[in-house]
Amino acid sequence: MLSIKEIQKSLVSGDRSAVEITQAHLALIHKLEPQLHSFITVTEEFAIAQAEKIDNQIAAGEPLSLLSGVPIGIKDNMCTQGILTTCGSKMLQNFIPPYESTVTQKLANLGAVMVGKTNLDEFAMGGSSETSAMGGTANPWDVSRVPGGSSGGSAAAVSAGECVVAVGSDTGGSIRQPASFCGIVGIKPTYGLVSRFGLVAFASSLDQVGSFGRSVEDTAILLEAIAGYDPKDSTSIKVDIPKYSELLTPDLTQSLKGKKIGVIKETFGEGLNSEVDAAVRKAIAHLESMGAEIQEISCPRFRYGLPTYYIIATSEASANLARYDGVKYGLRGESAENLLNMYCQTREQGFGAEVKRRIMIGTYVLSAGYYDAYYLKAQKVRTLIKQDFDRAFEHVDILISPTAPTTAFKSGSKAEDPLSMYLLDLMTIPANLAGLPGLSLPCGFDAQGLPIGLQMVGNVLREDTLLQVAYAYEQSSEWHKRSPSIS
Amino acid sequence: MAKTQYETIIGLETHCQLTTETKIFCGCSTKFGVSPNGNVCPICLGMPGMLPVLNEKVLEYSVKAGLALNCAIAPLSKFDRKQYFYPDLPKNYQISQYDLPIAEHGWLQIELEDGSSKKIGITRLHMEEDAGKLVHAGSDRLSGSSHSLVDYNRAGVPLCEIVSEPDIRSGSEAAAYAQELRRILRYLGVCDGNMQEGSLRCDVNISVRPVGTEKFGTKVEIKNMNSFNAIQRAIDYEIERQVEAYETGEKVIQETRLWEENTQRTISMRTKEGASDYRYFPEPDLVAIAVPDSTLAKYRAELPEFPAAKRQKYRNWGLTGYDAQLIADDRSVAEYFEAAIALGADAKQAFNWIMGDITSYLKEQKLKITDIPLTPTVLAELISLIADQTISSKIAKDILPELLANGGSVKALIKAKNLTVLSGDALESIIDQVIAANPKELEQYRAGKTKLLGFFVGKVMKATNGQAAPQATNQLLNQKLNP
Repeated sequence: MLSIKEIQKSLVSGDRSAVEITQAHLALIHKLEPQLHSFITVTEEFAIAQAEKIDNQIAAGEPLSLLSGVPIGIKDNMCTQGILTTCGSKMLQNFIPPYESTVTQKLANLGAVMVGKTNLDEFAMGGSSETSAMGGTANPWDVSRVPGGSSGGSAAAVSAGECVVAVGSDTGGSIRQPASFCGIVGIKPTYGLVSRFGLVAFASSLDQVGSFGRSVEDTAILLEAIAGYDPKDSTSIKVDIPKYSELLTPDLTQSLKGKKIGVIKETFGEGLNSEVDAAVRKAIAHLESMGAEIQEISCPRFRYGLPTYYIIATSEASANLARYDGVKYGLRGESAENLLNMYCQTREQGFGAEVKRRIMIGTYVLSAGYYDAYYLKAQKVRTLIKQDFDRAFEHVDILISPTAPTTAFKSGSKAEDPLSMYLLDLMTIPANLAGLPGLSLPCGFDAQGLPIGLQMVGNVLREDTLLQVAYAYEQSSEWHKRSPSIS
Repeated sequence: MAKTQYETIIGLETHCQLTTETKIFCGCSTKFGVSPNGNVCPICLGMPGMLPVLNEKVLEYSVKAGLALNCAIAPLSKFDRKQYFYPDLPKNYQISQYDLPIAEHGWLQIELEDGSSKKIGITRLHMEEDAGKLVHAGSDRLSGSSHSLVDYNRAGVPLCEIVSEPDIRSGSEAAAYAQELRRILRYLGVCDGNMQEGSLRCDVNISVRPVGTEKFGTKVEIKNMNSFNAIQRAIDYEIERQVEAYETGEKVIQETRLWEENTQRTISMRTKEGASDYRYFPEPDLVAIAVPDSTLAKYRAELPEFPAAKRQKYRNWGLTGYDAQLIADDRSVAEYFEAAIALGADAKQAFNWIMGDITSYLKEQKLKITDIPLTPTVLAELISLIADQTISSKIAKDILPELLANGGSVKALIKAKNLTVLSGDALESIIDQVIAANPKELEQYRAGKTKLLGFFVGKVMKATNGQAAPQATNQLLNQKLNP
């Protein structure tokens, strides 16, 4: 499997053309998709045309970007002009946006080759990619298991080599948890670092676009390409974006001296799988052996993150998804006799059970008489959680925890128990509530050969520190060299 | 009827469409009268993944309106989502402001018919987006129509909602309030106030209660008035209806009623089953608003002198209250008037010319006062030439059309046309000639037929092409005919 820099090298040397590289990935997609179903739409013609453009550029001696000719997967909640964008929902099964998201526009401008739109939990609501109306995605390490979610398609595709890197979105862990389950790197940046323009909203104050790669370097290259201020997103941050990939220097792999790492006390203990526990502790010891200063940090409000999240996220979702009413686009309940019937039929037929559940929770908690007790309280707790982080970052540079309490579980095993599914997000949610950057990278495998993820959370806009520590760990360990046998 | 035993409590909610070039959260044009869905984009259509970005002009206009209405501008303001399902609302929520409106706690002064004035409190002023428009086939409402079409041109057009305190007590007060509010907004240039096109919409909340009781009567909302006159008549009708209901022991129910212009009455539109639950919550796609002090100071400095101050000034200049009201109604007319005064024109004369001949010309030609070549300078010159008797009022009126059309120097024009008033020696010699040429009439006059004075005046005017100064002509003729 090729890295971004290897692709660049072979393009520049003339070893392989962009079309050849693209075709090889498309061939693998065709081979693996019957088992994996990482993609909702494979954009074969689009990809070849884009690759041809790159080859012409090379022939003309024009300069390339690092992403030129790099096969990339895009989560199917990022709008792509003229290309089906379903959000994994029946509601939008026929929706072709007449506009392009800022992120995909940037990638197209840089010459990245989009090979397809990746599968996801419906409207990014879920932790297994099983709620997709187009059917679930399988985990490349064990196809009987889920790839995690909601960006499960992106994670599986990168892990299996169907594409080199992929874009995902993370509202409560939807990049980090599937990265953990699929044994790859995933980063959710600071809220506002990447434009949300064209990202179909789930929970606007939590949603953030991020990147997946098989290495920290690839992940960093993709992040620096998509990050940056966008006047079309009022919540986007006006800040210069560092070239993250250039900060990943060889000296880091020798020593982490001076780096202070906090271990979040509350993420260990009850509910944590013992193999995950062991692998994460080993990783911490490894970081310490590299010279990092390790200390235990308490974030006492961490445990309120989950209920807080499920109030704020569902509230926002209930409003964000109100527009799917059959009036303008997408599915419409056709046999309705009046307006109310049309609304009801459309939403009854168009949304799956998990989406309906969240819309109902959100509608309930925002209702008159409940607002103060739920939404307002949740906003206050959100502030307290942020304060826990602020205090922690007075002492340390990054915080560390397991990404998920377990490794990938069997498909269907949690379908009847939404609460146990929600619990999987326990460790990832607080970073979203606080708007902080979070990263997951492989730190071991369980007895069944399933990847285990290590989560690092950084202070606001400290993606550089996160990526540097992750790079140091990765380059001094062997985990990233393993790949699933399916590929 | 024992109407005097009741008092009426009225509050107005006014939706003002702001005159920005583009919509509140996207770059679409706000132009009226474009073909259906001609002014739309993915953002104002609320399509998946689209995000609002606040039009800074909307904030500026709203802050200025708040300042003009003596409001406190919120140190921290934000937008909220107001949720309800309706096909004219693309996202099924309206981006509005709930608990932190941009401006609060203001007031506006109205002048009543008896010459007194009254302060009406302004509860709040907030920004929001307008909804689209439904066109129903086979019915004028959604229910009963075979199908309905949606036009989203209006969706996302910026509105400023201004809510008054329940300080208004009658239909005429309500109309005065609405008129003064419109005047202020027009002075600011933030709303064109066109009620026919719906760019200014007033909803009235009204209840009556027996004088002396503390408890408010049941509140009724009236909509669909598209003139100030209609507001007044709708309220007068509604007061009578509610008083009669209380008198006859009927119940006034909480509902929304529509003013029906053709039958001159209000009809029930829908009853309110308790309070609607709009499930407001803060709009996460937009950031909080804090207008910097420097910006506030800048906006404050840019505010014009408002109609109330102008009216006071004009009364001091000698205009009647009614005339002052009339000429202060439109900012550009008032400024034109003031410019002429500054150049030395007499206030009453300037008023007469502006509100008389000039206004008729503007109406006829569908022009604005700022469009015509007859500038305040020209008007001031014209008035001063009449005052020093260089020309007569008649000549002034005669040359006005040319001045309206071409402007220019009045003096040059009368010189070119040789229209200067004749007086003094020149006039005297012409009068001598006229008397000498009509010995018969002179004889008759001196014999007592003094009515013949008119004959001589006419002859003089004819001889001078109307340029003879009338007063001097009369005086000289009297002298010479009665030696």
